[in-house]
Amino acid sequence: MTREIEAFLFHEARLLDDALYQDWLALFTDTAWYWVPIQPRQDNPFDTVSIIYDDRKLMETRVRRLCNENIHAQSPPSRTSRIIGNVVMGSSDHTGGSNECDILISSRFQMVEFRHDDQRLFAGAQTHGLVCDGGGYKIGWKRVDLVNCDAMMEGITVPF
Amino acid sequence: MIVGENKRRSELANDSGIEGLVQPGRVHRRVYTDPTIFEIEMERLFGQSWLYVGHESQVSNAGDFFCTRLGREPVVLVRHGTGDKNGGDIKVLFNRCGHRGAKVVATEGGSASEFRCCYHGWTYATDGRLISVPVRQGYPDGTVDIADSAYGMQAVPRVASYRGFIFASLSVTGPSLTDFLGHMTTSFDDLVDRAPDGEIEVAGGIARHAYRGNWKLIFENVNDGLHPLSVHLSSIEAARAQDDAVWSDGAGEIGIRQMRQNGAPLEFWDRQVGLWAYPFGHSYLGDYHDDEKLAVARQNPSFQDYIEIMEAKKGGERARQILGVTRWNTNIYPTISFMSQFRQLRVIQPVAVDRTDVLGFCFRLKGAPEKMFRDTIQFANVTNASASPVLTDDLETYDRLRGGLESSGNDWVTMSRGLGRDVADGHGGLQAENGLSELHIRNMFDSWSSYMAGG
Repeated sequence: MTREIEAFLFHEARLLDDALYQDWLALFTDTAWYWVPIQPRQDNPFDTVSIIYDDRKLMETRVRRLCNENIHAQSPPSRTSRIIGNVVMGSSDHTGGSNECDILISSRFQMVEFRHDDQRLFAGAQTHGLVCDGGGYKIGWKRVDLVNCDAMMEGITVPF
Repeated sequence: MIVGENKRRSELANDSGIEGLVQPGRVHRRVYTDPTIFEIEMERLFGQSWLYVGHESQVSNAGDFFCTRLGREPVVLVRHGTGDKNGGDIKVLFNRCGHRGAKVVATEGGSASEFRCCYHGWTYATDGRLISVPVRQGYPDGTVDIADSAYGMQAVPRVASYRGFIFASLSVTGPSLTDFLGHMTTSFDDLVDRAPDGEIEVAGGIARHAYRGNWKLIFENVNDGLHPLSVHLSSIEAARAQDDAVWSDGAGEIGIRQMRQNGAPLEFWDRQVGLWAYPFGHSYLGDYHDDEKLAVARQNPSFQDYIEIMEAKKGGERARQILGVTRWNTNIYPTISFMSQFRQLRVIQPVAVDRTDVLGFCFRLKGAPEKMFRDTIQFANVTNASASPVLTDDLETYDRLRGGLESSGNDWVTMSRGLGRDVADGHGGLQAENGLSELHIRNMFDSWSSYMAGG
């Protein structure tokens, strides 16, 4: 099962690297949330700001914007390459709050992003709450803890 | 005054040709691109003006401290205890050891009973007084006198606050804070008066974003009523197409409403939004007649609870007066831009001529429903976070400005929208013909010229 889960995470990363944002969004449940905290060990996205905190509605708008031809922040688009590793099932420091899930996955990622003559590296831990869906999985929630979460950073347009 | 400063200033001024850079309705591109101009700004503008430091709630208890910058200079905002645990005096100290010049306080914020330098252990009280030096006897008589304030963490020359907003000046002389703020004290009042308990507090962490571009660009942009339709087109269209029946826990409601609002037609900015500018470069956008559009908070169900609380605490008449003020962004030149509708304040910090850091703070209104603070957080995420679907298009625009202004194809940058059509507003300032005017930019450059001329 671990191999299947890993394959799922690799597939998610590949969709993002290929900028197939609508297909990426389709991996999430209808009540999903997506969270990139701004503080290490941030407790929740309601009493503290975040780099990203999207409920499903905001996720859909974010993705639609990414696919909009008028998006200046992706003209030209970023080019990315992600590596997912250290996948561990069933344990995490984090929970999904009200979003109950069947499987909890913690993993590590690194993402290189190239745009406007600059290449930058992001890295950190990610936690997925997955639900079993037919023969596969859907993401009930995803939390991304960047190593540099509270750094002063230029704009981030491509999700992690 | 540092010895030699006068000579260096005049050398810089002669070499840079500041005169003539600002003309009616246009400014020379060098003000955005020339590192020499930037250095003079650090001395003559940031070195003279009142600069925002923080809010008193960031240092509520004795020993609380917060590190920030005034211009490029690292400082510590600290509450110096006077013996009992509560109360104490606000101090703003240069974050620099009196010995060899190391930064004494290395963390961004916290609480301390004293400050100790990592290098040789020189120790300071929280008001900057030097209280202990190892191997004192090693310094010949007269070279290190622990009682001499010159060896302490130096205090920034002037510190003053208005209703809890703390400002400091690197210059010993100049107008008082009250004179500097002038009519803009009413924008701070607009924010603080909205708290049922009469107090606000910084809360919810700091949203940071940096951009490649000059520090003046963000001030020019936040009170620019024309840019949203073009810059934010992708998020406007994305938000408009969003199905409202999709699940939301509130984050989507606030964010999407704001994105849609950026798509208000030009007639709205022309006829319903005003722009006002004041001495020292300040300005604000607002006073729209149809407050259902921009004052989105009113559409929020919890707002009704809030109105009832305000009426109970302040009386119906006063509550209506307070809530009737409809201002959007207020710029206090050259360091902050803030707005009361969602309790946001941005601190703009220049790093280099083509690099700027911005810190976004949120406020909680004491006594208001907690849902309003939750809305404040969600609003900050959509407008101030580095991954904001709205802000990222502004940041891209600033970078393109930086890039385009490197071209020598045209030395002049226009700022003539609404030129000559301003009227006196009765509070010492000017009212622009409409919310599409560039009055605020011209006003900032008027102030800029005055500072840069050295007086």
